[in-house]
Amino acid sequence: MSFLRILDLSVRIKGGPRLLRGVSLTVAAGEVRGLVGESGAGKSMIGKAVLGTLPRSVEVVAGQIWLDGVDLLTLAPAARRRKIGAVAALIPQDPLTALNPSRRIGGQITDRLVDILGWTREKAEARAKDLLAEVGIDNADRVLRAYPHELSGGMRQRILIASAFAAEPKLIVADEPTTALDVTVQKQILRLIADMQARHGTALLFVTHDLGVVSKVCQSLSVLYGGLVVEDTAVRPFFAGPAHPYSRALLAATPKYTDPEGSLTPLPEAVLAAVQAQVAAADGGWHG
Amino acid sequence: MADGRSLVRRKAGARLWLSALWLGLLVLVALLAPWIAPKDPLAQDLFLGRLPPFWMAGAEPGFYLGTDSLGRDVLSRLLYGARLALIVALVAGTVTALVGATLGLLAGFLRGWVDLVISRFIDIWMAFPPVLFSILLIAVLGPGLSSIIIAIVVIDWTRFARVVRAEAMAQGAMDYVASARVAGRGRVSTMLVEILPNVLPTVLVLLTLEMGIAVIVEAILSFVNLSISTDDPTWGGMIAEGRSSIHQAWWVLVVPLITLFLTVLAFSQLGEGLKDRIDPVLR
Amino acid sequence: MGAGMADLYQVRDLTLSLADMTRKPLLGAAPRIEILRGLSFDIAKGGIVGIVGGSGSGKSTLGRALVRLLEPSGGSVTFAGRDITHLSDAELRPLRRRFQMIFQDPMSSLNPRHRVGTIIANPLALHGFDRVQARALEALDQIGLPRAFAQRYPHELSGGQRQRVGIARAIAMEPEFILADEIVSGLDVSSQAQVLRLLERLVAELGLTLAFISHDLSVIRRLCNRVIVLHQGRIVEDAPVAQVFAAPVAEYTRELLAAIPLPDPDQVWV
Repeated sequence: MSFLRILDLSVRIKGGPRLLRGVSLTVAAGEVRGLVGESGAGKSMIGKAVLGTLPRSVEVVAGQIWLDGVDLLTLAPAARRRKIGAVAALIPQDPLTALNPSRRIGGQITDRLVDILGWTREKAEARAKDLLAEVGIDNADRVLRAYPHELSGGMRQRILIASAFAAEPKLIVADEPTTALDVTVQKQILRLIADMQARHGTALLFVTHDLGVVSKVCQSLSVLYGGLVVEDTAVRPFFAGPAHPYSRALLAATPKYTDPEGSLTPLPEAVLAAVQAQVAAADGGWHG
Repeated sequence: MADGRSLVRRKAGARLWLSALWLGLLVLVALLAPWIAPKDPLAQDLFLGRLPPFWMAGAEPGFYLGTDSLGRDVLSRLLYGARLALIVALVAGTVTALVGATLGLLAGFLRGWVDLVISRFIDIWMAFPPVLFSILLIAVLGPGLSSIIIAIVVIDWTRFARVVRAEAMAQGAMDYVASARVAGRGRVSTMLVEILPNVLPTVLVLLTLEMGIAVIVEAILSFVNLSISTDDPTWGGMIAEGRSSIHQAWWVLVVPLITLFLTVLAFSQLGEGLKDRIDPVLR
Repeated sequence: MGAGMADLYQVRDLTLSLADMTRKPLLGAAPRIEILRGLSFDIAKGGIVGIVGGSGSGKSTLGRALVRLLEPSGGSVTFAGRDITHLSDAELRPLRRRFQMIFQDPMSSLNPRHRVGTIIANPLALHGFDRVQARALEALDQIGLPRAFAQRYPHELSGGQRQRVGIARAIAMEPEFILADEIVSGLDVSSQAQVLRLLERLVAELGLTLAFISHDLSVIRRLCNRVIVLHQGRIVEDAPVAQVFAAPVAEYTRELLAAIPLPDPDQVWV
């Protein structure tokens, strides 16, 4: 049974075009699924829909989001927030803006445990210390008292990871968590996320534009274009040979230092035209 | 791909047109006051004191909005008052904007000692309490239209200088400025060609706000009897005058107050509406 | 030094430090942070040199010193036989046409209130080119955008199109050297491939010399003839591209290479 099951989800700008066009995907307990696509493909929008953080200008027009056996879209807002808060968490993209610059780190990790899960302050603080140790931060006491600007980007991202795992969520949405980091730091962070995921058995929805990253951390992936899932497959067969022409072109355009001549092939016009036609066809069958 | 900017595009239409309509009407009225005012705004007739407006019992024909305690026609005074209000708004607002924005632009873009001098100057300037400062100024300069305008400029230029300085600093850090340097453009030329068009919308919004503020300041100074001679019809003078007879003739106070309120509101809404319209980045 | 005529740039013992305003004491000067700590290298005419490094390696600072947006603190930078290390803005002005720059963020590097045509034409007018309008349109031809784009504002363009306008602005000046600073890092892979192929073609057709700053070794491998690897303000490796990838000398280069996640689940990446 899938822990997260999205069925035919359509989301649009209020009074405007659709951003997601009937997206369906599943994430089993403990599975890591990549959401891949170029900017505007709608990959972040899926993560936001699951976490209930869609912008005000956007509305869900159709579909179901089954999280832990409940369709989130049928719940009242307060109940939905409680449900999401109890089982899901986010690792955000930008470690700079994701932490409140005027508050110490400690409170920012423990607040959620105290407020949403009703833990005591002492228990939450003990948990925060354990988590910091787990993400490889040695001097936890000092870091918990520090302000975000006193820490490096890699360190802040570690803290956000610790914070995401704090309440033992069953699902974590990671929204481009390493895009702002150097490759060497990215590698450490990705390994950390993979380790934590494996140890805690958390399901992960990993939003990224980087197929290289997908091949390292995911088991399955959904390729998006124009709010449409054009391919949904396991990682190994995908990298052996993608089924959809758009996925093939995307993989070919990705630079690889091991294959300089084969990389950097711009997307063929014909492929783009075909996938755009597919998007238009998806709109054609949709009324409302 | 959906363009994110179009999502947040505000519906500027209605408020822009409503405020432009009100201000346009005001300009027209100010220009045509001698011809359209039903009475002489200065003519007193103590037998016709505190006449109510036309929709109330006891109104006299010809005095549409009633009269004040000296029997002067409220409507005519309101129309003539628009002249002074608009002159103060336009002249004081524009001069304030020119002085403040120029200093702010120089400080924010050239930085270095220019910034140091101008910024310290702004700090010191802002340490003076504005109301006392303006009263002092008018006491020295003597009452009159030009004194009011000078007082507004002297007090409010810092508002422009500070905002424009911050904006020019932010724009100065953009790569298009570095690009102009790579192309060999000089400092002053870069300031005028690259930076200025990017701070103008901000200046424009501030300018319209400032015009509203100028109208209020003029009213306040009239209210405390520091404006133009008390006979001349100004909105602030009318409000002051109306205060003394609020229980017998509320309209003497309320009519100019509403006009003042609508005018200041129109100025601020015009600024916001124009910003949306002229800004190619928001459009 | 015995520099050959073929060298466009000669950089000798280049150092650059900036004031650290965050640590400035209440009174007195701010302490200086050394960004570049003694770099020496030449750039020959023709071809593409990759400059690679992590954040804080000094690669962007080096680039900005080459086009003299920053003034070095020590050492020398010689461009086409002329020492430009400490030239004033006025002395640099006639030389500026000859070394151009393409910026990382095209949204920030194109003035939002100027039309594309103006953005390309402005520097031309500044340097006394004739037929300024015509040249701007020809530059649009060269980068493969319709001439009608001259009337558009930057925000009406996609990321890839904006970056191509940045390229058009640089090549319209008919420079000998172009510095490209992380110009594809904000783009999707599809527009990235397009922009890089365009750049590659223009360099070959116009006989340009290009310095290509990037954090992405895969892109460098595809595009460059030679790689300079920077780490903490020092050159740790400077060699032909094939050699750097086949047999990296520096420990840091090896680390960088090992950290790249290739789109291949079988890559050993532990």
